[in-house]
Amino acid sequence: MMPALLKNRDVLLALIVATLVLLVGLRAPVFLTAESLVSVLTDTSFLFMLALAQMAVILTRGIDLSVAANLALSGVMVTLAARSMPWLPIPVVLLLAIVIGAFFGAINGALIAGIGIPPIVVTLGTLSIYRGIIFVVAGPTWLTSKDMSTAFLDFPKSTLLGVPSLIVIATTVAAAFAYLLSQTQTGRGIYAVGGNPVAARYCGIDLSKQQFLVYTMSGAVSGLCGFLWASRYGIAYTDLAYGYELTVIAACVIGGVSVAGGIGTVRGALLGALFLGVVVNALPVINVSPFWQMLISGAVILAAVVVNARAERRSGKLILPEARRAAAGGSAV
Amino acid sequence: MSVTTPNRYDVADRAPFRIADLLLRWETILVLLLATVIAFNTYISPYFLDIYNLSDATFNFSEKAIVALAMALLIVSRDIDLSVAAIIAVASLAMGEASVAGASTPMLILIGLAVGAACGAFNGALVTGFGLPSIVVTIGTMSLFRGLAQVVLEDQAITKYPPSFAAIGQGYLAKGVPIPISFTTFLILAAIFAYVLHRTLIGRRIFAQGNNPVAARFSGIPVDRIRFWLFVLTGTMAGLAAVFLTARIGSTRPNIALGFELEAVTMVVLGGVSITGGSGTIPGVVLAVFVLGLTTFGLSLVNVPGIVINVLNGSLLIAAISLPIIARRLLGKRA
Repeated sequence: MMPALLKNRDVLLALIVATLVLLVGLRAPVFLTAESLVSVLTDTSFLFMLALAQMAVILTRGIDLSVAANLALSGVMVTLAARSMPWLPIPVVLLLAIVIGAFFGAINGALIAGIGIPPIVVTLGTLSIYRGIIFVVAGPTWLTSKDMSTAFLDFPKSTLLGVPSLIVIATTVAAAFAYLLSQTQTGRGIYAVGGNPVAARYCGIDLSKQQFLVYTMSGAVSGLCGFLWASRYGIAYTDLAYGYELTVIAACVIGGVSVAGGIGTVRGALLGALFLGVVVNALPVINVSPFWQMLISGAVILAAVVVNARAERRSGKLILPEARRAAAGGSAV
Repeated sequence: MSVTTPNRYDVADRAPFRIADLLLRWETILVLLLATVIAFNTYISPYFLDIYNLSDATFNFSEKAIVALAMALLIVSRDIDLSVAAIIAVASLAMGEASVAGASTPMLILIGLAVGAACGAFNGALVTGFGLPSIVVTIGTMSLFRGLAQVVLEDQAITKYPPSFAAIGQGYLAKGVPIPISFTTFLILAAIFAYVLHRTLIGRRIFAQGNNPVAARFSGIPVDRIRFWLFVLTGTMAGLAAVFLTARIGSTRPNIALGFELEAVTMVVLGGVSITGGSGTIPGVVLAVFVLGLTTFGLSLVNVPGIVINVLNGSLLIAAISLPIIARRLLGKRA
């Protein structure tokens, strides 16, 4: 028998991540230095935030495939805005990025909640549309660090009390999601519409309101990450973060978020993102070709879904006494 | 009981024919859309309505369209396969390695189909064996398959293919007949798929389990077995698409067919297949293939960049799905 604590999948996942970090540390002690671990966290901040926003969407039985496209679009637009108006203070630029992202997220939300088109169809469509708009507004040229002001580029390098700003922002976003999802009526409503839409409707919880909210939030976080991504890597172009939406969804799945809706925790999603972040950052350290990264994350996603499926399997209530006895006998063998 | 009053226990085999139903059919909308696309493209470019140009245009969408046919069956049955593009990469990789080792063209085709089928069987086994949602499984296998191609190929490409193999992807049906082999294959497969889905027992079962898998299971339909074989079929079609694509471009790269899965899903959904399963037609999917394929071709004739065409195709998808819903709401009918 496993100790009860090990049956908690979050604890298990945390142990796996810790073991992974230690194993990599054995091969390459440099990985265990504070500097290197902070850099892993900084690199993973994008995934932390996007995974949380995606989790809120998945909780309502939806999916947002347009996050990476929205991230790229917001990143490019905010870079262009900052280039033409260099006097804009960075907090305003950051706010602008959130507003732009939220706007495109709200378009998804309006189509899904207002018209009632399935989320996968809407976000599949806006995925190509948003990437295409980048080309329309920015053309085929890449925006590089030459198009960005020093203040713009310095923002991700800045620190608050010694903590890199990216980690500060990611922590703030995580705290906000944790509060929203567990402490507010809206947050419980998000779980309710995903867990059982019919029951939620009878309780007076409006599905379309929750849907509009989660897609707008997902967009806002994408916009925020768009600015941070452009300023951290000093680049913004049409294929920025291409295909990243699937990494974000993978982080959620590894973290135990159920695509059937209604199941998932902030802690789980963060651990899922951390796992992928550690894998991505550890491979070059232990001299494994980065070409292995995709294969490994694929295998991990599959392993995680199998584990999740076992945890989620609700044992149906057996009414007949003989069936109950048979089940009890079966499990004893 | 008089002869003219039908017995209230009689259930009609089908609803009485009404002209309004025909006009409101999704396929009718698609035909109108297709006519608009053709008229518009003819107007903007004198080179559009040229038999040779049009037949060459089919090269660009036949491979995706072949995958879309199988994807349509899968989506009707309430599943989805997002790993098709990655399967194309793995199948292309296998053919590349075999070709380097000196395999003949028929052997290469066989390998492509077999690897595709094997990948599909892997998906199907995970989905039905463990009872996992297909969207998550195939996001995982998409990474796994594409990752495999990346690990083996790294940043290299395989370009050594026999000339007779290249002929499959670039060749026409016969000398003087400007119809590509890939397009012919698509048309034949479309006919077979339409027959199977709309005229056979298997087709009815696919609709039944797409509408209500539990009820279908209780009616004695081997739901999981059908799902498994649909994944194998989709994998095989991806393998076939890999044969045509690899032969046409003459090279295997790790990023081959990147993004194909979303384009195939777009074809299926625009074709009127409900993403929640249980309804849709193959003729609809075929029409959607032409709408998307000819829009892309026509606009690229007048030098519209591919990414801008994507904006149009994305908008087309959303508009096509939302307009009927809005129209129905305005007409006061229940959605």
